[in-house]
Amino acid sequence: MQSFTNTATRYGWAMIILHWLIGIIFIGQFVLGFVMVRTTSQRTSFELIQLHKSFGFLLLGLIILRIAWRLGNAAPPLPASVGTLERRTAPLAHVVLYAFQIALPLSGWALVSVSTLEIPTMPFDLFVMPNLPLAESDAAESFWAAAHWYLAYAGIALVALHVAAALRHHFMLRDRVLTRMITPSSDGE
Amino acid sequence: MNARILGLAAFAACLAMPVYAAAALSDAAGSYTISPSGSTIRFTIGKAGGGGFDGAFGRFKGTIRIDNGDVGRSKVDLTIYPESVGTGQGRIDAFLRSDAVFDAANNPEIQFRSTSVTRTGDTTALVTGRLTARGKTFPEKFSAELDGLKSGTIKFHVTGKVLRSRYGMDVGTPLYSNVVDFDMTLTGKRG
Repeated sequence: MQSFTNTATRYGWAMIILHWLIGIIFIGQFVLGFVMVRTTSQRTSFELIQLHKSFGFLLLGLIILRIAWRLGNAAPPLPASVGTLERRTAPLAHVVLYAFQIALPLSGWALVSVSTLEIPTMPFDLFVMPNLPLAESDAAESFWAAAHWYLAYAGIALVALHVAAALRHHFMLRDRVLTRMITPSSDGE
Repeated sequence: MNARILGLAAFAACLAMPVYAAAALSDAAGSYTISPSGSTIRFTIGKAGGGGFDGAFGRFKGTIRIDNGDVGRSKVDLTIYPESVGTGQGRIDAFLRSDAVFDAANNPEIQFRSTSVTRTGDTTALVTGRLTARGKTFPEKFSAELDGLKSGTIKFHVTGKVLRSRYGMDVGTPLYSNVVDFDMTLTGKRG
């Protein structure tokens, strides 16, 4: 039986599943967001936006779970081969990644909350998600739309860097940084 | 029977607006053209989580014919131009006019043709008819209440519920209710 929680040297299944689920949904959300605002059919655009909102709230829930899990489960230490500079900056990089994961869905939530269109939010048609207590106005809507847009592009750039770093660890440094995020079953360092 | 109806209508009208002259009631029967200036066609759609979504049609035309001997043979024809929809929010108006909802470019008219009028009270009637929107026709019912009557002018308050999904306008359910609540004031001018 594989470990569900993190161990001294490996990530557990909970962290691994949350990592990939959030990664896949985040990239999907970026693509969906890009497409939904460029779709010519108003109906399709409306429906894609509602889907984007649904997945956004799913993402927010998963991220809160992930951060709670991470706070209760220390990340396994980096392999001994990792240099001092990277060892010092890695936690900062992770904090920035987590900050984006929280800020992006929150900025989307703020956007729908202040929008003068007053479109309700029902994640996957299951329940009504209340708006954040923010005053609605065209100016606030423009602000949060821009904030959401910039955060999305900065976020996807950060994900690209994160992926490039993981590939560098795997193919150039040939350490276990990537494989330990795929399965906890590999041998420990 | 006609006299009784008109008498009751006169009674109701007098309660509301005593200025209506009883003398004018004798010629209430006849054909009326719906006057845009004295008429409004408003609608509300409930929203998930409470509240509603209000709008109105600015342009429409129609006729009301009150049969002299038999109310049941009275007739209402109404044509609404969905291009004229207004909600106070330009982006929503554009959405409603687009092929997401009315497809006003290809379906410039929404039509209602009454098929029967049944009295339900002293000043009220149930109007049944056929509503056509986006090429689809279904029977619909509206409640009409006489709201004013004076020389050459007749005024009705009309309410009714329409399921928009049947007309290919189900976009946004269940965020927005499938039920559209209509609230109209129709003022007819003789001629």
